[in-house]
Amino acid sequence: MTVASSPPSRLPVRDIEGTQPKPRTREKRERDGGGRGDGALAALFIAPAMLGFLVFLLWPTLRGIYLSFTRFNLLTPAEWVGLDNYVRMVKDPIFWDSLTVTVEYVFINIGIQTVSALAIAVLLQRLTQSAILRGIVLTPYLMSNVVAGIVWLWMLDTQLGIGNEIIAGLGFDRIPFLADETWAIPTIAVINVWRHVGYTALLLFAGLQAIPNDMYEAAKVDGASEWRMFWRITMPLLRPVLAVVLIMTVIGSFQVFDTVAVTTAGGPANATNVLQYYIYGAAFGRFQFGYASAMSVALLVVLSAITFVQYRLTRAGQTDLG
Amino acid sequence: MTAVTATTTKVRRTQRPRITPGKVVAWTVMAAMVLITLLPFYWILRTALSTNTALAAHPGDPLPVDLTTGGFERALGLQSTEEAIAQGGSGGGLKFWRYLINSTVVSTLITVFQILFSAMAAYAFARLRWRGRDTVFGLFLAGLMVPTIFTLLPNFVLIKQLGLVDSLLGISLPTMFMTPFAVFFMRQFFMNVPREVEEAALLDGAGKIRIFFRVMLPMASAPILTLGVLTYITSWNDYFWPLMVSYSDSSRVLTVALAIFRAQTPQSGYDWSGLMAATLIAALPMLVLFGFFARRIVSTISFTGIK
Repeated sequence: MTVASSPPSRLPVRDIEGTQPKPRTREKRERDGGGRGDGALAALFIAPAMLGFLVFLLWPTLRGIYLSFTRFNLLTPAEWVGLDNYVRMVKDPIFWDSLTVTVEYVFINIGIQTVSALAIAVLLQRLTQSAILRGIVLTPYLMSNVVAGIVWLWMLDTQLGIGNEIIAGLGFDRIPFLADETWAIPTIAVINVWRHVGYTALLLFAGLQAIPNDMYEAAKVDGASEWRMFWRITMPLLRPVLAVVLIMTVIGSFQVFDTVAVTTAGGPANATNVLQYYIYGAAFGRFQFGYASAMSVALLVVLSAITFVQYRLTRAGQTDLG
Repeated sequence: MTAVTATTTKVRRTQRPRITPGKVVAWTVMAAMVLITLLPFYWILRTALSTNTALAAHPGDPLPVDLTTGGFERALGLQSTEEAIAQGGSGGGLKFWRYLINSTVVSTLITVFQILFSAMAAYAFARLRWRGRDTVFGLFLAGLMVPTIFTLLPNFVLIKQLGLVDSLLGISLPTMFMTPFAVFFMRQFFMNVPREVEEAALLDGAGKIRIFFRVMLPMASAPILTLGVLTYITSWNDYFWPLMVSYSDSSRVLTVALAIFRAQTPQSGYDWSGLMAATLIAALPMLVLFGFFARRIVSTISFTGIK
């Protein structure tokens, strides 16, 4: 997203602007803009996107906040109930359980994904620049979560899955990956790592490409090992990109739903009842739209807080390069 | 950028790379990653081409057991109910062709309009002068922060009030006009187009609308293609929103149908062969699409790091 490096087309622009005296550029820009002449045209160009933004993004956000203060089941008009939904949420043990399960999922998912993506990205940069390998790494991203869920459900099946065949072949006990309370969440987390790690790796790879190669050359001349270069050059210079990628993946990870829906449906015994799944159940299983909205607001607050804290802690906006 | 990388690698190549233990380990790790990435794809194919009874007898056999296309026939609804049940299917009718068409219509609608409208807005943000431009753009960008679940419930209520539940338009509408990311992505491109291009067209007497459609859009074909393929994949794979909105075959898309197919197969013994065949049918169009554009997409993501 904000990750580094300019597309090729930008270089000539910068050159041209750099070689020209400033006043001329500014004058040119004003001439270009044509002042108020563009207003009507801009309105025309922006109208469809603005319509979509207002109707399907801004308005629903405001409406969601409003609905969280109501009792609403789609059939009768929403009835204002003040903070009732929030009080109920705070007292709802299943809400807290699902929040805990979600946080557990996020930790496992993000932990494994970040480390593997970093490893893949570094290997793709330091070992080989092969575009084919980069393509292969991205293939699971083409699958839907539903497909990924079903495939892994099959491969991890207790009796017939290839995973358990191998485990049994090595002489260990079969593991009921998705049917066991302790295994289910880590298993779903790993399935989603499989699907998303390639994309994350490519984002990090983009960040690595921005690190000048001379730095590695210079370090090599000084006799630094690959390991040392990783900690002294790669990690510090990748930090801003890594931070942004982390914020994005954590936000995405909190919204896990599809994989749970097709593999465990929240079970066994609520062990995988992640927040998004619980919200879905409240809204469409029990038609408690007000309560579901209140929980969505809670999720929004949690996500905003995490983004804010992460942003501050990782100094995501600053760069050490240049 | 590309050129720079190419020359530096060439310089490095002059010193012969040595085979070190570290390199062996690194390549082994890489090979393992590739294996883990690709194995499930092979396993889908291997299972889809086997029969359920043979799968139960030889679960670990690396090749398809008792080679058959029965799974595909079942997924596509080409088998009679008795035949399907005999081979481990549910016998419940699924119209995969219908879902395939639905998915195609929805993804095409979303991709074409989202990119056209986002590009138009992006051009206004990047190249036109108007009051409040940066404020409005900031507002759009803030939209990136809103988690999807948050807008889904109210959007469902709205789509229901519009009477568009269980229609392909109802599925497409919320993302058809814009996404903050698409606007952001296209704006980045338009900002970097040299002013001289626009000036030359203005001198030739072209209006700005004409410039946009005749000069800017064609120039942006590469980023539009990348964004288009990614948007297509995203809308093809979407599950949550279509699940909420569609109730019947008329608007059911592949992801939702697949989840239903999985839920329908008898709990006592899954129709794994049929499921894997259905999975493959659902995923194949995206694999083919990616096959065509892989190189360009991979390098765009690699160099600009888009999300």
